[in-house]
Amino acid sequence: MKHIIAVLLENEPGALSRVVGLFSARGYNIESLTVAPTEDPSLSRMTIQTTGSEEVIEQITKHLNRLIEVVKVVDLTEGAYTERELMMVKVRAVGKEREEMKRMADIFRGRIIDVTEKSYTIELTGDQSKNDAFLDAIERGAILETVRTGSCGIGRGERILRV
Amino acid sequence: MEISKAETSSVIKSSSGSSPLAKSKSDVDQSGQELRGAEILIKALQAENVKYIWGYPGGAVLHIYDAFFKQKTIQHVLVRHEQAAVHAADGYARATGDVGVALVTSGPGLTNAVTGIATAYMDSIPMVIISGQVPTHMIGMDAFQECDAVGITRPVVKHNFLVKDARDLALTLKKAFHIARSGRPGPVVVDIPKDVSFKKVPYHGYPETVEMRSYNPVRKGHAGQIRKALQLLMAAKRPYIYTGGGVLLSNATAELRQLVDMLGYPCTNTLMGLGAYPASDRKFLGMLGMHGTYEANNAMQNCDVLLAIGARFDDRVIGNPKHFAQNERKIIHVDIDPSSISKRVKVDVPIVGDVKDVLVEMIAMIKENSFKPDADALGSWWNTIEEWRGINCLKYDHGTNDVIKPQYVVETLWGMTKDADAYITSDVGQHQMWAAQYYRFDEPRRWINSGGLGTMGVGIPYAMGIKLAKPESEVFCITGEGSVQMCIQELSTCLQYNTPIKIVSLNNRYLGMVRQWQELEYEGRYSHSYMDALPNFVKLAEAYGHVGMLIERAQDVEPALREARKLKDRTVFMDFRTDPTENVFPMVTAGKGISEMLLSSKDL
Repeated sequence: MKHIIAVLLENEPGALSRVVGLFSARGYNIESLTVAPTEDPSLSRMTIQTTGSEEVIEQITKHLNRLIEVVKVVDLTEGAYTERELMMVKVRAVGKEREEMKRMADIFRGRIIDVTEKSYTIELTGDQSKNDAFLDAIERGAILETVRTGSCGIGRGERILRV
Repeated sequence: MEISKAETSSVIKSSSGSSPLAKSKSDVDQSGQELRGAEILIKALQAENVKYIWGYPGGAVLHIYDAFFKQKTIQHVLVRHEQAAVHAADGYARATGDVGVALVTSGPGLTNAVTGIATAYMDSIPMVIISGQVPTHMIGMDAFQECDAVGITRPVVKHNFLVKDARDLALTLKKAFHIARSGRPGPVVVDIPKDVSFKKVPYHGYPETVEMRSYNPVRKGHAGQIRKALQLLMAAKRPYIYTGGGVLLSNATAELRQLVDMLGYPCTNTLMGLGAYPASDRKFLGMLGMHGTYEANNAMQNCDVLLAIGARFDDRVIGNPKHFAQNERKIIHVDIDPSSISKRVKVDVPIVGDVKDVLVEMIAMIKENSFKPDADALGSWWNTIEEWRGINCLKYDHGTNDVIKPQYVVETLWGMTKDADAYITSDVGQHQMWAAQYYRFDEPRRWINSGGLGTMGVGIPYAMGIKLAKPESEVFCITGEGSVQMCIQELSTCLQYNTPIKIVSLNNRYLGMVRQWQELEYEGRYSHSYMDALPNFVKLAEAYGHVGMLIERAQDVEPALREARKLKDRTVFMDFRTDPTENVFPMVTAGKGISEMLLSSKDL
């Protein structure tokens, strides 16, 4: 089952590699991982999307907590949360396709952020399933390039993760 | 090397890190006088009350070695290989409970140390390893003797640091010692570039305390969980107490003994936990696991309430987890590391906390509530256990006088030294199991071996480290002719630093444990397990300036050991030619359940 784990950790060199090393050393999956400093520059916030049985997820959170630089760990999927991913897709846009691509981008509330005679670059945000749906909706052959940030997540309402 | 009373007593040993570190000599320097990084390192080690450091010099640590030359309180021991530096410091830590400290140079110095670091990590031993690094401006340039020390050691340390600024040294070292000894202990590497150890910076004294928002290990167990555990324990019909290395690390032996005695329940220790409960007590069922006793393993399989303390349900301990799960039982697990709980078996009552704190709380709660175990049920459980014990699974065929049985050597050594408070180290293999089975440890921290990683070659360096810490105690290294050759160069260190140890080598001319598995699982195809072209160990010992003995007959075993013990000031290498066909029994073969034991070669 899919889990989104939010991690607050010291913004120090090497902290990221400890997390990544933990996942590879113990054979856990990483579907996506994002990390950036928070409003407090001494802290980074990481969102890890992973899959595994309840036992595996329990071990993952325990092992994350065991890392010296990790301050807090929350499995967002245990409660209500919001997930967003930024995706940029460069698509072929020639002739009739230009109108079609524009319409698809509008339907998915995407924005065209770069245009050439032959292509559009479309920016989309949403949860991963929405971005997946967009890629499924357009013709596979029209996709020239895709880049996705991976999910970042935040708890809903009063669920707050901070030091 | 003498340390004055005033100096040692001024340092309060902190186990949690929350208690204040002592006023040390470094306080004199709080005016902010300028010191080199290497000098700050020395101040830090002094403030941490480090008495010994094992190391090997090289380019990147020359400034540090220069600073060592100018001080007198810390004795440096020059080993012959960096692996042994870490093992020796590790052995010291295991025997004393203090943080073991090793010092190695960059590149190959560090990579040689990795086996030692991983060994300490697997057994949760508190250590600080200082490694030199190339100067900061050369990091990443593929400089001479450069390696990514932090990257290489990351998976085998509790934590590691690269110190890029000499001004951070004091605080980083404070953190390193704090992390190494608190919570679940473990090795911490501090990598110091050459320019950092050379640079002069203002020094404001060694920090007395350290606060880390990201690291606050729990100590106290949850009272509600402890109560729940006790209710289970009191209702138990077939209770069993299973304890591991965590009891020793937490120095909770007295509490464990009190608890077991109060309850009258049977108790077993893991390989790492031997000595936590006295082997001579009837309530002790022996070691459990792959080569555990018949009674210890059967009790594990058949108990209805299992109290696991500072143990981690290792694959060598519970055998096939599916088979283990066939019998229903309630499991209570006390451990300071939450990730050890419900890792391999599902636990009913987890208690996260320091073993000592939790046991103290348990004992108090039993007294308060005048909890009483179910005496009738316990009586019949003991009867069953005594039947298992009656099988006498450790009996062995003594053979003729012409052949020395390895078990007999260990038994004889135990018989001679049981009242001598001796320290026994071992390497890894058959001899290790025989030592664990036939030497009956009554006290904690007397049995020193590599349980988790199973590192051949630790025996001599461990003994060396312990002998330095306990110069008045006898230290024996039970080893084999395979393992002993993995760090045999340290015989040289033993001579230089006058650490007379007694090496009991059970020489069966085979990599015995490999041969045993090949006999049992590979139809006797002894692929590369025969040690051809063995050295003459007697001459080898003599070449290193020690005493060598060759013992070939059973009747000579005891006189040889007696003679060796008389040579108090000499390192003695005893080459016992033992039966090459002997196997370790009982044995749980691969994939079998813990109670599915082979008791002798007749079961094959």
